[in-house]
Amino acid sequence: MKQFWTSMLRSPSGVIGLIILLLAISIAVFGPLLFPNSPWRMVQRPFLPPFTLSTVPLGTDALGRDVFAGMIFGARVSLLVGLISTLAALVVGIPIGAMAGYFGGKVDDALMRFTEFFQTIPSFALAIVLVAILQPSIYSIVASIAVVSWPPVARLVRGEVLSLRTREYVQAAVVTGQSHSWIILREILPNALSPVIVLASLMVATAILLESSLSFLGLGDPNLISWGYMVGAGRTVIRQAWWITVFPGVAILISVLGLNLIGEGLNDALNPRLSREGR
Amino acid sequence: MSKRVLLGLLLACGLTASALAQEPKAGGVINAVIQPEPPGLMLAMVQNGPVQMVSGNIFEGLLRYSPKLEPLPELAESWNVSEDAKTYTFKLRKGVTWHDGKPFTSADVLFSIEMLKQTHARARANLVQVDKVEAPDDTTVVFTLKQPFGPFLGIFEVGSMPMVPKHLYEGTDWKTNPYNNAPVGTGPFMFKEWQKGSFIRLVKNPNYYEKGKPYLDEIYWQVIPDAAARSVAYETGKVDVLPGGSVENFDVPRLSKLKDTCVTGAGWEFFSPLAWLWLNNRQGPLADKRVRQAIMYAIDRDFAKDVIWNGLGKVATGPSASTIKFYTDDVPKYPYDPAKAKALLKEAGYKGEKIRLLPLAYGETWQRWGEAVKQNLQDVGINIETIATDVAGGNQKIMDWDFDIAFTYLYQYGDPALGVGRNYVSSNIAKGQVFNNAEGYVNPEIDKLFADGAVATPDSKRKEIYDKAQKILAEDVPVAWMLELQFPTITRCKVKNLITTGIGVNDGFKDAWLDK
Repeated sequence: MKQFWTSMLRSPSGVIGLIILLLAISIAVFGPLLFPNSPWRMVQRPFLPPFTLSTVPLGTDALGRDVFAGMIFGARVSLLVGLISTLAALVVGIPIGAMAGYFGGKVDDALMRFTEFFQTIPSFALAIVLVAILQPSIYSIVASIAVVSWPPVARLVRGEVLSLRTREYVQAAVVTGQSHSWIILREILPNALSPVIVLASLMVATAILLESSLSFLGLGDPNLISWGYMVGAGRTVIRQAWWITVFPGVAILISVLGLNLIGEGLNDALNPRLSREGR
Repeated sequence: MSKRVLLGLLLACGLTASALAQEPKAGGVINAVIQPEPPGLMLAMVQNGPVQMVSGNIFEGLLRYSPKLEPLPELAESWNVSEDAKTYTFKLRKGVTWHDGKPFTSADVLFSIEMLKQTHARARANLVQVDKVEAPDDTTVVFTLKQPFGPFLGIFEVGSMPMVPKHLYEGTDWKTNPYNNAPVGTGPFMFKEWQKGSFIRLVKNPNYYEKGKPYLDEIYWQVIPDAAARSVAYETGKVDVLPGGSVENFDVPRLSKLKDTCVTGAGWEFFSPLAWLWLNNRQGPLADKRVRQAIMYAIDRDFAKDVIWNGLGKVATGPSASTIKFYTDDVPKYPYDPAKAKALLKEAGYKGEKIRLLPLAYGETWQRWGEAVKQNLQDVGINIETIATDVAGGNQKIMDWDFDIAFTYLYQYGDPALGVGRNYVSSNIAKGQVFNNAEGYVNPEIDKLFADGAVATPDSKRKEIYDKAQKILAEDVPVAWMLELQFPTITRCKVKNLITTGIGVNDGFKDAWLDK
């Protein structure tokens, strides 16, 4: 564990990514305490440019709502959706991949055909359809993002399990009569987790982008403000009021970039071949 | 001059009375946007908005209406009403010809009425009270009613009752008649060509009965499907006229600031679109009148007008728009007063039950409006949940009465008997239909007032009845009236006299001229 942190902290991208993520999380957690008012509240005259009033530092949108407050509350929605939908995707993807890899044969065939069925549908189109059918709400958005993002997890886990399955320590476990579930959970999965963790960090970034795209198209939860919604709502007035779209857009960019950097750092730290070279 | 017209003129870059006195100049071509492309141009068969906007130049009705909705002569040059208000005699203009040269006579009027009864739902409803129509001679038409019908003189506008050439339609299959694609009317402009997806071209009718009119040589109606592209087309000079609703609201201020650009909200008096929130009177907290009144007090409607509609429109006072007949502002008023709203909610014993809000999925403006109203209501402690849906889904929910609060806007057609009563009388509560008494308001007194008002004579008696109805409704708040909408028409200032009647651009470009 100590070795993991030292190599993680030795990779500059990992450090930058971690800082960004911690910052975003603390904004999401503590920001609303500083801004007790709802971000939907109309506080100033509409289309107030940024940096003119200290009470609304980033200006106001088409209805006179505080852009800064919107960004802080938006961080909550974006991060929450990113994390929860990724967790949900892992919960679905890991067992399917592990079973397919471990049991092989017909089980593998069946599970992988099922996975491919989802992979052949363009993920964003499927997400739109799901949200539209289920009515836009935070639950339907998380569910649809999870539905479109578990297949890569399943395929990755299957590949890892396939290769670990033939290792001697696994075979030893089989010989000593351990149950299948014990072998999968205690022997194989812990050793297959590194690439999954790297993938998961990137999935959070993708999920944030997916949620933003859905909100941009007007399929966000109408009761929650999110960065994608802000960009979508401000898009049409971009010629008159650039700040409504630019600030939340930059927020999306930075947090997605941060998560990608973390992914890279994790990859460096968790890959034994790379970390021991002492980069 | 009505206040509305005056307002429009003031908006029109300070166009002054002296400019009005200018002598019209003949000649010139106007390019206007038509959005969306009409499904056809035969006004008697299809009556969508864009159809009327184009073919209002080709066809004419017996009457036009001033911005105050007083009848003006068009194909009928005079009319009189019998003592018992049951016989209406119209004298038709002499020397009117169809675009193909055949004379227009009372036989065409009789034929049009028979045809419209079968093809035009609103005309059919408007003509229910008509017992018989006769033509004693070529230029006289006499309508005999079963009983007096107050709004009768309000049903002869070109979109409600266009005149159709009998000699081209009689005995043919109306649906497949070739003249549907190249309509022949009596109007100031004649159909020339239609390049589908590109433009519709109308040319001047040289034999028009009003000498000297029309002033313009040609009108091109340009079809541009994308809203942003329509704005750009105006900016680049490809089009000179953007009729109401053809660009998004947020583009209006930007376009208005362009050089030589005039904006007016006039020309919607006949339709008088009125926006309101349907409140489901049947269930939950909204069944309590005090909660509904609290909603009226809680919503900042001036904000909606100034910010969301860019200052166009007017805060509604009650069930009638101020532009239609028998409107009164002597009703209980609901200014923005959150404190009063909170007090009323407390009195009604509202305990934070969840109330669902259904915005109208007509684009940006309506979405923002939904957000603003939600915030207003939350500010006074109403627990609002917005339901996201599309147009069809929203209509479905309203039809199934599966809503608490829902946005809408409806046309009023100039008279309470034609456009207002339908939303409040209990006989018009019908599950599975939209645009009726969807709120489920039941009040026998209101039922009786609207029933009496339609057939009462004379107008002073009708006024008395409708004054009373408006007062009762404004007190009961069956729905929460928001704004009288105005859809701004944007034109180059060189386009003069485009909007002269209460039907606006939909009434044809007969008086319009270009100042070169």
